[in-house]
Formats: sequence, structure tokens, C-alpha cells
Amino acid sequence: MIPTVPQSSLIKWSYRAYVMVFFIYLALPLTVVCVFAFNNSVFPSLPWEGFTLAWFFGTDAPFIGVFHERSILRAIGTSAFVAVWVSALSVAVGTCNAFLFVRHEFRGKALLYMLMLLPLIIPGVILGISILVFSSSVANTLEDATGLWFDGLRPGLILVILGQFSFITTFATLVISARLQKFDPSLEEAALNLGASKLGAVWQITLPFLLPAIVASAVVSVLMSFENFNTTLMLVGSDSPLTITMFGKLKQGSTPVLNAVSLLLIIISAALGLISLLFQKSKD
Amino acid sequence: MRSDHQKLGFYLLIAPLLLWLVLLILLPHLGLFIVSISEKVGVREYETGFGNYAAFFSEPLYWRTFARTAIMSILATALTLILGFPIAYYIAKLTRGRTKTTLFMMCLIPFWVSELVRTFGWMILLRETGVFSQTLQYLGLTAGPIEFLYNDAAIMVGLVYTSILFMIVPLVTTLDSLDDSLVEAGYDLGGNGYSILREIVIPHAMPGIVSGCIVVFMLSLGNYLTPILLGGKDSLWFTGMIYSQFITRFNWELGSAFGFLLLALSSAVVFIGLKLSRQSLSETMGR
Repeated sequence: MIPTVPQSSLIKWSYRAYVMVFFIYLALPLTVVCVFAFNNSVFPSLPWEGFTLAWFFGTDAPFIGVFHERSILRAIGTSAFVAVWVSALSVAVGTCNAFLFVRHEFRGKALLYMLMLLPLIIPGVILGISILVFSSSVANTLEDATGLWFDGLRPGLILVILGQFSFITTFATLVISARLQKFDPSLEEAALNLGASKLGAVWQITLPFLLPAIVASAVVSVLMSFENFNTTLMLVGSDSPLTITMFGKLKQGSTPVLNAVSLLLIIISAALGLISLLFQKSKD
Repeated sequence: MRSDHQKLGFYLLIAPLLLWLVLLILLPHLGLFIVSISEKVGVREYETGFGNYAAFFSEPLYWRTFARTAIMSILATALTLILGFPIAYYIAKLTRGRTKTTLFMMCLIPFWVSELVRTFGWMILLRETGVFSQTLQYLGLTAGPIEFLYNDAAIMVGLVYTSILFMIVPLVTTLDSLDDSLVEAGYDLGGNGYSILREIVIPHAMPGIVSGCIVVFMLSLGNYLTPILLGGKDSLWFTGMIYSQFITRFNWELGSAFGFLLLALSSAVVFIGLKLSRQSLSETMGR
């Protein structure tokens, strides 16, 4: 059970074998996705027809690579647009929330804190449909009352951004609060004694201290936004982000161009994940 | 003057929080409930009533799908716990230093990758022309291609794969805090591997087990991609049913009722889990 207690070698080795099998199980799907991105065949399956980079750089049908496939490039652009907005909004609101929950005492704080955690336990599909229903009824009411059109409240990028923001903010709040709790308030008091204004002290002392957490949560927000599917699916309009576009292609049956996109996604998300970990580490 | 300033600062800080919670969480869910209890009687004419919920209980397809989703999610949670526990124990207790960090990172990386990509990987492996089927044929173990996709086992493999990290992380955290000397004491007092696991390790890991199970159950219940892509058209997953009521059939009233039922089930499970383990939401989710 523990290293100091001797154990029969059969048990030890079968345990190790199980751990090995488990990690193979973890790695297998991602490995095949990556490998078939280089297969010189129009189907992402065996037999192996030889190595090619056509699914990245190809220009002639049917071998149109990622970098020449318009629908995918456009979807990546849409996803990036959404991710930047979601990340900026979440981090801004998350920072305010962190200051509120760490620095202030007020009535109903415990209740508000619980409400703030609520998005974590609401299934993404439900979050999506509730925002869809609410914004549509607001749009209907406004349109009946004014006779104007409110397209921003109909399924589309604005709703996608709001939908993703509604639960990613919770993560940003938690990460930034954790860092703010470690801050020594006497540093800020020292700045005030030295003649800084309240805002100046926060700007020059507290925010730089929070920066690693802010960067880490911004990176994680981008990652979560890029990969979100459930909430986005319910709110998407005519411009679809990458996950929705890929889902559509996947259902139709696909060429290895999807493997190529996936490979790029794997590399980018692993890199972003590592960056966020490094930033979170550097704060200790 | 100064207190006025502080008050202003406080209101400026609380405003975004309230806007976010009221406009994007509270009012939408209230709205969802109101739509779920309105029945369509004519063009843009509605009556209040529980007809949508009655429709859910009177149509076997609906409530059976709901029950099926719940049961499959429980099964997936149990499987995830059974498969994940030894791994978490191995990482927490049997490895040290760099090996430990490496193994933990190897668990993390697949979960930074989009769920869509992971599910796509399983499709490549499991489908009729997929890697498993071709390999079996190559080895001469089967005569023709085998379809591994589009059945409940495929859904289960996908669900466990998607959520196992959320079981392993809390388990590693709680098992890490288990002092080795307690296990040694158990052996000294004549315990064997099984009794020590039951009397010492599992009770100690209980908070981690509960929070892992809650999260995995919620994720499975609310999953859409895995059942639809790996289970095919007949996957009969409740989120798929909500989607088709909303987007395909445009019956928002019934769809809202479905959504509310799913939300109720998932909240009930979270609540019961927290009560059973005497933990609070802030402790479990706030990490």
C-alpha cells in the first residue's frame, strides 16, 4: 500500500501494469488524431497511405489544407474574437469581485458568494437555453414596445460572448481572489503613508502583485472560451466558432483536415495550459 | 466625505457582480421557469399551467430518456471512481518528486484539449473503418469489420474519458494529506491490504470521493457531445432531447420544462452529496 511496507512483486507489477494501461488509454485518442493528420488519404482511418503535409498546406481539392480552407479559417477568427472579449470581460469583472469579496464586509456577502459559485453547478446546455429564452423574450418585449429591431439579443456572437462570460467569470474570480488573499495590506498602507491616493496605491502596488493571477486567469478564460461547446451551441447564430464548425463537419463525415485543425488545437491548448500553470506557480 | 468615497467605491465594485448575477444567471433561470409553465393555446397566446411537465410524465419516451440519462450518468460516475481511484492513489502515495509531477501533468494535458477533439479521437478508434476494427482484422481475429461505435458501451468509454480528471484531481489532493504512518499503524495492528483500504484510506479520502463524484455526475448529465457523437442517432440523451425541442421542433415551452427538470436533478444530486459529506458548496467548489 505504501513504499515502506513490503508487498508481493506480483501485486506490485500488476498495479504498475494497470497504471501503464491507464495512461495509454489517456493518450490513445489524442495520438491517433495527431497521427492521421499526416495520412495521405481522404479518410482519417487506416490503411496508412504515406506521410503528407497536404492537410496543412494543400491547395488542390480534395487535399485542401487547414491554411487554405476558408470555413475553418473564418471559424478560427470568430473563436478568437469571442475568446478575447470573454477573457477581457471575465478578468475585469473577476478582479472587481475579488476586491469585493476579499476586502469588504457587507450584509448578504455569504449569499452573494454562493450565487457567484452557482454557474459551476449549472449544466452548460441549461445556461445556454436560459440565456436564449430570456434574451428572446426581452427582445420581443422591446420590439413590440418600440417597433425597432434588437438583433443583438437574438442568437449570435453577442449572446455567445455573454453566455461564455456568465460561467467563466466564476473561474476568474476564484483565481484572482486566491492571490489577493495572500496580499499584505500593510504594503498598500505604506503607499498611502507616502502620499499615494487610494486608487494610485491599488494601481501601483496591488495590481502588479495580482498580475500573475490576472494573466493566468486571462489565459485560462481564452482556453475555456475557445473550447466551449454546450453553451455556445444554444446561442450561436450565423457566425459559428471553431468547435461548432468542426462539430458540423464531423457529423457529415470528414477528411483529415479536421485532424490537422485538432493537432493545432492540441498544441495551442497544451501551450496555453502550461503558460497558465507557470504563471500560477510564479506567484508562490 | 471619506465614507462617501468608500461607499461609492463599494457600489462600483458590487455593480458588475450584481449585473452579472442578476442579468445572466438569476433572471434567465426565472424566465426559463416561467416559459416552462406556460402552455401555447394559440398564436402568441399562452396560459399558465403545468401542462409541459404533464407531457413529460405522460410520454414514456421523455421520462425514459430522462431516467436513462440519470442511470447512465450514475454508472459512469461509479466507473470513473473505480478506475480513477487506483491511479490517484498511485500518484499520491507511491510516487515522489518529479515522477509525481510528471504523472500528474500527463493526466492534466488531455483535459486542456477540447472535448470535441477527444471525442473525435474515439470516433477514429472505434468506428467500423477505425483503428481497432482494422487492427483486429489485420491480426486475423475477425473476418469482417466491426462497428464499435454507436452503442452504450462507446458512450460509457467516452463519458469516463471526458470526466476522469475531475475525479483524479480531488482524490490526489485528499490522498496526499493521508499520513503514511496511519497506514503503517494499520499494518502494525494486524490489518491487511483490504481492511486498511476500508478502515483508513477510504474514510480519509471521503471528501475527495464525494466532490469528485458530484462533479463527474454533473458533467455526464449535462454532456451533449459525447453521447451524440459516440452514441449516434439513438443515443437518447436528455440534453439531446432539450436541443431538439429548442432548435429543431421550436417547442420552447416543452424544452424549458425539460431544461428545468435536468437542472433540478443535477442540483438535487449536488445538494444531497454535500449534505451526506457535510461539506458546503464554497468548500467543495472554491477549491
